[in-house]
Amino acid sequence: MDNILESKKICKSYLNKKALRGVDLNIIPGKIVGLLGPNGSGKTTFLKIAAGILHPSKGEILIDGYIPGVYTKSVVSYLPDNEYLLKWMKVKDAVMYFKDFYADFDEKKARELLLFMDLDENSTVKSLSKGMKEKLKLTLVLSRAAKLYILDEPLGGVDPTAREKILNAIVNNFRVESSMIITTHLVNDIERIFDDVAFISDGEIVLQGNAEELRRDKKKSIDELYREVFQ
Amino acid sequence: MDTEFNDKMPIYLQIIDIIKMDIVTGKLILKDKLPSVREMASNLKVNPNTIQRSYQELERLGIVFTQRGTGTFVGEGKEMVDDLKKEMAKEVIDSFILRMKSLGFNADEIIKSVSKETMEVKKNG
Repeated sequence: MDNILESKKICKSYLNKKALRGVDLNIIPGKIVGLLGPNGSGKTTFLKIAAGILHPSKGEILIDGYIPGVYTKSVVSYLPDNEYLLKWMKVKDAVMYFKDFYADFDEKKARELLLFMDLDENSTVKSLSKGMKEKLKLTLVLSRAAKLYILDEPLGGVDPTAREKILNAIVNNFRVESSMIITTHLVNDIERIFDDVAFISDGEIVLQGNAEELRRDKKKSIDELYREVFQ
Repeated sequence: MDTEFNDKMPIYLQIIDIIKMDIVTGKLILKDKLPSVREMASNLKVNPNTIQRSYQELERLGIVFTQRGTGTFVGEGKEMVDDLKKEMAKEVIDSFILRMKSLGFNADEIIKSVSKETMEVKKNG
């Protein structure tokens, strides 16, 4: 099967700081991959490269067979970990904004997801709590029929009930013909939805494999493994 | 459905055990349709591929069968359920014996203590 994401020895330096030191990672269609590591390990830098926002300093990355650019952006749905929604917008404006931007955006699905997430179309972005904003961002990202979903910390700063909703939305909307890459440091909450996991430390992948096989071979949960790798 | 998983063990094996248990206890009866992979994934909040793997393994074991386009069903034949029951009983007994041995009981002592306890069960119905 062709890889949806293929990364060969990706390096990225910011001036003299090395953020990534040769990351190799392949993702085939139909998989949910967890990219796990503490703050500053290079997760976000890697995702930004995959999303076509940053260029690697060295190495090669292919998304659906192409170097990141206009085409790959049309098949990648990216949830960044920062704020990008404009404050004056209402929820429904944000939906229309995405609809204008992306040909694969499914407005009907967005409405269903808003309902599922208990979000009111007429609320302004400014009035939303952190958890609600996170739910809105995820709604927008999952409403696209993309080949690769890149979710950077979808559970960050979200309370347990909102977390549950977000997890449900991810599981229910995962399609076998697409793939997802999810970063988190809240491993415990989300480890059951991963097919594969990759632990990233100081810009390098230090351990990767199938989540079930790691559990079987190490007799540990992914969360415990995470604690062991990063202590 | 609120199921607690032990994340130290492969989750697909735990799902297999849940379904086997449901068959043995009669919660699922012969020819019952199992929830779809998607439904099950959503209920248990696990990756759909994990459920798929559980179903495939159950099919390989002859416990369920898949009908193209209609779904996955509990297999046919009372023997299957009886076999399953025997197999699960054996697992319980094996782990029991192992633990008794590690407590320092020998075979005769294990039998003695079991028969004593089963007498109690008989008395109390």
